[in-house]
Amino acid sequence: MKLVENFDIFAPVVVPPEEYFSPGHRACQGCGEVLAVRLVCKALGPNVIISMATGCMEIVSSPYPHSAWRVPWLHVAFENAAAVASGVEAALRVIERKGKIPAKNTHSIAMGGDGGTTDIGLQSLSGMLERGHDVVYVCYDNEAYMNTGVQRSSSTPFGAMTTTSPPGKMSFGQSTWKKNVAEIAVAHKIPYVATASPSYPIDLINKIKRAVDVVGPAYVHVLSVCPTGWRSAGNNSIKLGRLAVESAVFPLYEVKDGKYRLTIDPPKLRPVSDYLKLQGRFRHLTPDLIEQIQKRVTEEYGILKKKCEE
Amino acid sequence: MPKETGKTRWQDLPIGFMITDAGNAAEYHTGTWRSQQPVRNNDRCFRCGMCYLFCPEGCIHRGPDGYFFADLRYCKGCGICAQECWSDTINMVEETE
Repeated sequence: MKLVENFDIFAPVVVPPEEYFSPGHRACQGCGEVLAVRLVCKALGPNVIISMATGCMEIVSSPYPHSAWRVPWLHVAFENAAAVASGVEAALRVIERKGKIPAKNTHSIAMGGDGGTTDIGLQSLSGMLERGHDVVYVCYDNEAYMNTGVQRSSSTPFGAMTTTSPPGKMSFGQSTWKKNVAEIAVAHKIPYVATASPSYPIDLINKIKRAVDVVGPAYVHVLSVCPTGWRSAGNNSIKLGRLAVESAVFPLYEVKDGKYRLTIDPPKLRPVSDYLKLQGRFRHLTPDLIEQIQKRVTEEYGILKKKCEE
Repeated sequence: MPKETGKTRWQDLPIGFMITDAGNAAEYHTGTWRSQQPVRNNDRCFRCGMCYLFCPEGCIHRGPDGYFFADLRYCKGCGICAQECWSDTINMVEETE
C-alpha cells in the first residue's frame, strides 16, 4: 500500500533530470561539496564552459585519464579561475560575433573552493567583478584547505580546529572570524550576489538560474559540508547544512541590484550550539567561547535583517 | 606514481592531455569503497525523490515503476539517503562480504 497517492510531483519533476557530473568521482563519502557541484551543473545545463581553480573538486573529478565532467571544463591554477573565465567570456563573445561557432548563448562559469576564492584568487575575482564580465562565479566553501589535509583558510570560522590552528594550552583553534566574501562581492555593486546551500537544493538551483540570467557578473557562495575536515558523520552532511541556516551561522540571502532579500527565513533561530556540537572541529570549545560565537552570529544576523527590510 | 607499463607512451596521448571522452570517470566503480549499503522497503516509499536529490554520487535513479533505486556500482554508502528519507524507506545495512 502506498502512503500518499500522487505525490510524485515533487523533486524529480522540478529538478532537471540530466546529470552533467558523472558518478565515479573520487569524493569522500557524504561530501556536501560534490552534491553542490552536481546540483549547480543540473541548474546550468549543457551550454557552459567551466573554469575551475585547483581544489577538492578538481582533485576528485579529474584524476587522469578520467574526468567526471560532461560539460567543457578547464582546470586552471589556484589564483586565476576568475581571470580565465573572463578570457573565455571575451573570446566567446568575439567568435560568436564572427560566426565561427553557432551562437548558443554559451555561458562562462568560474568555480573555486574557499581557498581559491577567499585567499589566493581574491584579486582575480575582484578584477572580474570590477570589469563587469558576464561570468557566474560559484564558490564552494568548505571552510578550510581540505584536499591538502585541513589547513586554515580565511574562510575558517572562529574557534574551529584545523591542522594549522590546533587547540591546546595556548590556543583555542582558529582565532579570527570568517571572511565574508559575499559582502565583498556586494561592495563591487554587481547585479547578483547570493549565498546558497545544497541542503536547500531547489533554492540553490533557482539562485544559479537567476545568476546565469543576469547580464554582468554574478557571485554565488555555497556552503558545502565536509565530513572529513569538519570531523562530522558522513550521513549528517545535509542536516549540518540545514542547521547552519537555521542557527543563522550561514544565512541564505540574495542581493539583486543592491536589494537584499532573505530567501530562507527561519521563524525562530536555533542556538549555535546545535550546529557546533555535531562537529568534531568544535568539540574543544568552552561555554564562554560558544557564547562569544552566539553573540557575533546574532549581531551579524541583526545587521543582515536590517538590510533586508530596507 | 604509477609504474611505467610500456603500454601507453606519451606520444600516444592527445595534445594537451585532453580528455575527449566526457564523463569517463563512470568507468571507475566507487561502490567498492562501501561498508554499508542502502536497503529499501518500497512499501513505505511515496516517491518524493529526496534520496535522488540529496545523493552526492548521483547514483540514485528512477525506475519505470516510479520508485527510486541506488546503482550499487557507484554507491559509496554514505547514508545520506537513509538519513534524509522522510518515510524511513531506506535502512543502512552492513556489507557482509
